[in-house]
Amino acid sequence: MNFLPKALISISLILLTSVSVATPEQDKETFQSFYTERFPDISKEEFGDGVYALNQDARDQWESMNDFPPYEDDLEEGETLYNTAFKNGKNYASCFENGGENIRQHYPKFDSKRSMVVTLEMAINECRTHNKEEPLPYKKGDIAKISAYMASTSEGSEINVATPKSKDELAAYDAGKQYFYSKRGQLNFSCANCHVQNVGRKARSETLSPALGHPTHFPVYRLKWESFGTLHRRFASCNKQIRAEPLSAQSEAYRNLEYFLTYMSNGLPVNGPASRK
Amino acid sequence: MAISRRNFLNMLTVGSTACLALLSPITSWAAWASDAFNATTPDDAYKNLFGSTDTIESEKVKLKVPKIAENGGAVPVSVKTDIKEVESITIFVKDNPQPLTATFQMSAKTIPDVSTRIRLAQTSTVTAVVKAGGKLYSKSQEVKVTIGGCGG
Amino acid sequence: MKVKAKSKNNITSVRVLAKHPMETGRRINKESGEKIPAKYIQELTCEHDGNVVFVAQFGTSVSQNPYLAFSFEGGKKGDVLQLRWNDNTGDVEKIEAKVK
Repeated sequence: MNFLPKALISISLILLTSVSVATPEQDKETFQSFYTERFPDISKEEFGDGVYALNQDARDQWESMNDFPPYEDDLEEGETLYNTAFKNGKNYASCFENGGENIRQHYPKFDSKRSMVVTLEMAINECRTHNKEEPLPYKKGDIAKISAYMASTSEGSEINVATPKSKDELAAYDAGKQYFYSKRGQLNFSCANCHVQNVGRKARSETLSPALGHPTHFPVYRLKWESFGTLHRRFASCNKQIRAEPLSAQSEAYRNLEYFLTYMSNGLPVNGPASRK
Repeated sequence: MAISRRNFLNMLTVGSTACLALLSPITSWAAWASDAFNATTPDDAYKNLFGSTDTIESEKVKLKVPKIAENGGAVPVSVKTDIKEVESITIFVKDNPQPLTATFQMSAKTIPDVSTRIRLAQTSTVTAVVKAGGKLYSKSQEVKVTIGGCGG
Repeated sequence: MKVKAKSKNNITSVRVLAKHPMETGRRINKESGEKIPAKYIQELTCEHDGNVVFVAQFGTSVSQNPYLAFSFEGGKKGDVLQLRWNDNTGDVEKIEAKVK
């Protein structure tokens, strides 16, 4: 009879530890099924279309715009920029696996040597600086065009960010997750308040888009911007819209957020670049 | 052999007619209707373009335009009809500073089905007018333009 | 100007995306306080086989980088279309497009 208390303690300890901390994989399952259950008529893959999967009037306009996408010229320019060699003769293809084609779906990556999340835009700029070129501003302009071109070579490939496993990876993932669920700004909203809890409902006249599928179509050509913009550009404007201090593009908080958010969309096809309102 | 004066004059006339034909605009098509485009009220725009404000509302004019514009600067609009012998399709935006937005002239071979993207200064009524057989057939729809909340 | 044209069952459908600011003349330059002068496409035409098959006339209410979709009877793969626009300041752009 002596072993019973010990056994009980061990069993309860096992149960406690296995239930209290969800793994990223479990988070992802919960996250994705929240949306597929909330919108049973929409398949998981379609969430990358955001509001256009939820609102027919908006979708009709989007499909009309896609008949002749407004970003064609910028995308072509992105391709030209990508294929233009640096002053030292090297080019972007030399910095990336597979020559930079069909790789966007694996970003962001966790660099274990430097213990940080590396996004595609950051990798593009690191390629530049390694080849003695000036880095590009991170929110719009050339970097968005180059990233858009690279994304276009991944069209249809499934988002496949490596599952965070090491202590450092999990720390960055958790930081991103915390950011997503924390309230901020004068309006005191968390990302989740709008894009999880109230997905499909309206904030004034805007339909709130699902966070599932958020990163798959970036860089995005917003009709409002009349240009391509990176994911961090959108993070910053979203922060401003809830009257929170916007952070700088490629800051640690945004990179960790991108890490969490993209992992949550693992399995969805890359559908960028795309046009949005 | 010298060219006879008659032949030379013939050549000149034929030559210059040909040149004139190249230079002159296609005269069977209406010139850009500046009075109509510059009109600031729908009535004036109609009068200047068609000479009349008498339109017949018709379900045969299919106007496709959104209920709530995603972006007031680029609102997709489509007009088509199966009315025969269409001369022109015209789009008006009632509350725009210049209501006459675009007018499309049809040749005998043109299919009366056009699409474009237009600007709306504010929530307004978009009207499509099909001119056929000397009559004006119209269809209207209101399009809401918002500044929006968080996406706007 | 970018043109996509294709022919099927004796009907040629054309889509055009012109590159043009379509400045209305009502916007104010934030730095100088002056009105930005109007500059907008007034007419866009399409010719096939020597015939004008489509004439579009625009005012300032047409979007920047105007988009146009239209179709006409006739035409076949390999035919060449002539498209041309002119704007209120006298600028002109001409392009030839092959029907796919």
